[in-house]
Amino acid sequence: MRLEPPRRALDYAPLVFPAVMLTVFFVVPFGIMVMVSFFQRQPAGFYTPAFVFASYERFLTAFFGGVLGFSLGLAALVALICVVIGFPFTYELARARRSVQVVWLVALLSILSLSEVVIGFAWSTLLSRTAGISNLLVWLGLMEKPTALTPNFGAVLTGMVYQALPYTVLVLYPAMARLDPTLMEASRTLGAPPLKAFLTVVVPALRNTILATFIMVFVFALGSYLLPQLLGRPQHWTLSVLITDQAIYQSNMPFAAAMAVFLVLVTLALVGLSLLVGRKEIAA
Amino acid sequence: MSATLFRRCLFTLVAVFLAAPLIVIAGVSVNGQRTLVFPPVGFSTRWYGDIFADAAWRSALTASVTVATLAAALAVAVAFPLSWFLWRRHAPWARVFQILGTAPFVLPPVITALGFLTFWTSVGAYGQPWTVVIAHGIFFVTLPLVTLSLGFASIDRALVEAASTMGADDRTILRTIVLPLIRPYLISGFAFAFVLSLNEYIVAYMAVGFTLETLPIKIFNSLRYGYTPTMAAVSILFVAVAALIFGLIARFGDLPKLLGAWSSRN
Repeated sequence: MRLEPPRRALDYAPLVFPAVMLTVFFVVPFGIMVMVSFFQRQPAGFYTPAFVFASYERFLTAFFGGVLGFSLGLAALVALICVVIGFPFTYELARARRSVQVVWLVALLSILSLSEVVIGFAWSTLLSRTAGISNLLVWLGLMEKPTALTPNFGAVLTGMVYQALPYTVLVLYPAMARLDPTLMEASRTLGAPPLKAFLTVVVPALRNTILATFIMVFVFALGSYLLPQLLGRPQHWTLSVLITDQAIYQSNMPFAAAMAVFLVLVTLALVGLSLLVGRKEIAA
Repeated sequence: MSATLFRRCLFTLVAVFLAAPLIVIAGVSVNGQRTLVFPPVGFSTRWYGDIFADAAWRSALTASVTVATLAAALAVAVAFPLSWFLWRRHAPWARVFQILGTAPFVLPPVITALGFLTFWTSVGAYGQPWTVVIAHGIFFVTLPLVTLSLGFASIDRALVEAASTMGADDRTILRTIVLPLIRPYLISGFAFAFVLSLNEYIVAYMAVGFTLETLPIKIFNSLRYGYTPTMAAVSILFVAVAALIFGLIARFGDLPKLLGAWSSRN
């Protein structure tokens, strides 16, 4: 079948509904959000049309710098842990029997689709004093009495790794499943032990995939909005939490919008970077 | 030999990590008493009954299922003509809409949520229950878009050519060739959007948080007033529904292929 460019007006008909929906309900809201970020905030919690940089000026405070630094550092740490665990795991998964793969994929998808509310609730229960793992440690005689392991930084980190690990595996999975198996066979035939073959053949072959995955997971972790709230203290709040807080509870829409615009720019830069890295690999 | 051992250890460790919180939640969801203790004291399934018996939980369940069904249908309604057009016609500029359809999913969810909050406030529809259907429909349009693009790519164009040589018009081709071949991808796109909409919190909360309680909003609100075992029961219900739906997709479709592996039936 030849692919024909649309000629008559009627040829465009299928495009009308999707184009209208995506423009009205994605492009326009986005534009309004950018506009609001320049609006003047009124003390009563409303905002009036204006073109001021007041909301953006608040970025220059030490508080905001601290939140930004913490968000980026936390997301980087989550991405690092997820890639370190996820890479060898996905490698083994892609080599497992098909039926084993399918069971894992169903489990990973189910956990990935879980609400952050549910993940936060589950981990706060697991780390709680009355129902948590500290009871198990007491029972094993490793601890004196049960204690609460939340809220603290470790709990936030664990919860976010839990949320991001299935995502990491599913991002890595296509590359791993398509990796030429003869690469490993060749290195094994030449006498390399499995670990050495893995480290000197598979890892370098997928270097750009690893980097692109790291960035994707980093962006994913930046989006976590409830876990720092449910498992951490206010000093563990990230940019996403702060945006929600400003929009809903502080009624400061211009500031929330300005932070959101900033977050979009950071995200777009990172996504662009990961596409660039990914493309290099195809070219190579 | 040691490689097999390594695989077993790795799989076991990851499985324990992923299952641990769910096991504890499953345990506390069948507690005989109302307090949060694990291992459970006594056994009772009444907290599961409460999801359906308690008026507040039941209405949250109804709201969530209704929103998810309508939103998934909307996402498919937007994604299908778009991906069909992109497959049928040579129009590179139309890829812009594909990128727009993918964007909400790549950006942090709080962005889309805030965008809809400012939008619904500006047009004066803030808090209307139907707004969350549109918000979720747009937010999750990526999923049917991805499954349908994969599906269209797998259709042999020679089939279409043969039909058109024999005089079938566009509408007949769509009805007799494209639709039957694309149906599994259509269904899985709908299912992915449905499950994710069921679980989505922040977009729903910013759109209708104060007027309509979906299940995730209800769980979050209940968390603030303290613990009830029904929360645990609902969480387990969520996991079960997701596992059931993805299990069905895997049973009737090619899950590894949907997730990006080359078709690998062996």
